[in-house]
Amino acid sequence: MDYLDLSAALAGAERFLHHVEQESGVHVSECYQCGKCSAGCPVAFAMDYTPRQVIRLLQLGMREEVLNCRTIWLCASCQTCYTRCPRAVDLPRLMEAVRIEAKRAGIVPEKHINLFNDLFLKSVAKNGRVHEMGLILQYNLLSMQPLKDAFKAPKLFLDGKISPIPHKIKNQAAVQRIFERSMAHGGESR
Amino acid sequence: MKYAYYPGCSLESTGIEYNISAKLVAKHLGVEMVEIDDWNCCGASAAHLTNHMLALALPARNLAIAEQQGLDVAVPCAACFNRMKHTETAVRESSATRADVCHVIEMDYRATNTTYNLLDVLVNKVGSEVIAAKVVKPLTGLKVACYYGCLLVRPPKVTQFDDPENPMTMDRLVKALGGTPVQWAYKVECCGAGHSTTKPSVAFPMLQAIYQNAQAAGADCLATACPLCFLNLDMRQAEVKSGQGGSYNLPVFYFTQLMGISMGYAPKELGMAKHFVNPMALLDAKDVLRHPTTRREEA
Ligand code: SF4
Ligand code: SF4
Repeated sequence: MDYLDLSAALAGAERFLHHVEQESGVHVSECYQCGKCSAGCPVAFAMDYTPRQVIRLLQLGMREEVLNCRTIWLCASCQTCYTRCPRAVDLPRLMEAVRIEAKRAGIVPEKHINLFNDLFLKSVAKNGRVHEMGLILQYNLLSMQPLKDAFKAPKLFLDGKISPIPHKIKNQAAVQRIFERSMAHGGESR
Repeated sequence: MKYAYYPGCSLESTGIEYNISAKLVAKHLGVEMVEIDDWNCCGASAAHLTNHMLALALPARNLAIAEQQGLDVAVPCAACFNRMKHTETAVRESSATRADVCHVIEMDYRATNTTYNLLDVLVNKVGSEVIAAKVVKPLTGLKVACYYGCLLVRPPKVTQFDDPENPMTMDRLVKALGGTPVQWAYKVECCGAGHSTTKPSVAFPMLQAIYQNAQAAGADCLATACPLCFLNLDMRQAEVKSGQGGSYNLPVFYFTQLMGISMGYAPKELGMAKHFVNPMALLDAKDVLRHPTTRREEA
């Protein structure tokens, strides 16, 4: 019979768990596994682990499983679970923190979602605002689906909804510095 | 009544009709909206999925500019609203966070001003009686599924707006405009957000459930207060097939467009020619574009 040495796993994962708890401000021990989060999660149908299971994995210190799961990428941050949780566990915030760790460790199972976010932020850092047309074109090219939604582009363009020219703010330097200082800060909550 | 107005990036591109109609009806109701000078992107979900400080600081720069002018902030986009409220709450709750945020944005920000979403401003601050008094073309017979989505009402600790499970602000508005809000179960279910671009296999079933439920509740159309929800609900409708293999035909409106129609503005002035699901046939069938006295008589 296969079994898992939980105490060994827990010891190895302690630092990881501490870090994730600090970044998210969530204490995983507060969850009593009632499952209300999974019951109401609109994305649960597409997840490999339900939201409740993600917390369980963290409680058990199963670092590798959590870092490799797709759920942390598929969570839409819709806040339903957090709103309903009887223990006020901020699950979306926890998913975020784990996802940032996964990315640091180079584990990115959902490449398209990650690419879109990166391009979005690049656009903001560069212009101060997001340039939707540039973002979509770049995303389509880099995700190797150049014709994605192509039939919608002419309408969006003619309706004045997307423009080839990015909107640059005047004090773009201020936004650039916000990016630099935030990254230097590290992002932990306190 | 005067607010600092934060349109956000979407309202300058894919959500342009929200911007147009919001400005028009606010002016019509005597609410002064002063656009925040040189505002920047709020960072949306990309920022908070990457770096927590970045997610607080990007909205903070805008809020600090409004604070310098002594103005509360009105935000039409539900997603931007949510990010602004997160920053406001975090800065109010912790002086350490406040110090960090001020350091990052190189500005003073004390969160002495408050951020409201535009729906809240127009319905609760202006008041539905005042709105009702301005209605010249009531939306008689129009059955509207008011769709709030996630970020307007959740998490309630942060958004401080309406009921997170069964919000009624937009429903009350539709009633004040002479229309009929339908009771339905999906008003706060997620539309899939960015997944419609990056992960359609996940987003499309979510959208389908919303259309399905709205239709089953007898709705003729959907109303939203979010440019991303609007884009998903409107642009993806042709791709999302109904269970029987057919497609849905549920026009989507910004609540400000419905206000504009009832206040006598033409659909074109409200940007309605820009929708993917053409709403004109529905408005014509309900005969709401004419003055009540000249409307077709019901057989
Ligand atoms: S709803 Fe809260 S307490 Fe219940 S399983 Fe989910 S996170 Fe744990
Ligand atoms: S926030 Fe994420 S985990 Fe929670 S209900 Fe929404 S999609 Fe599911």
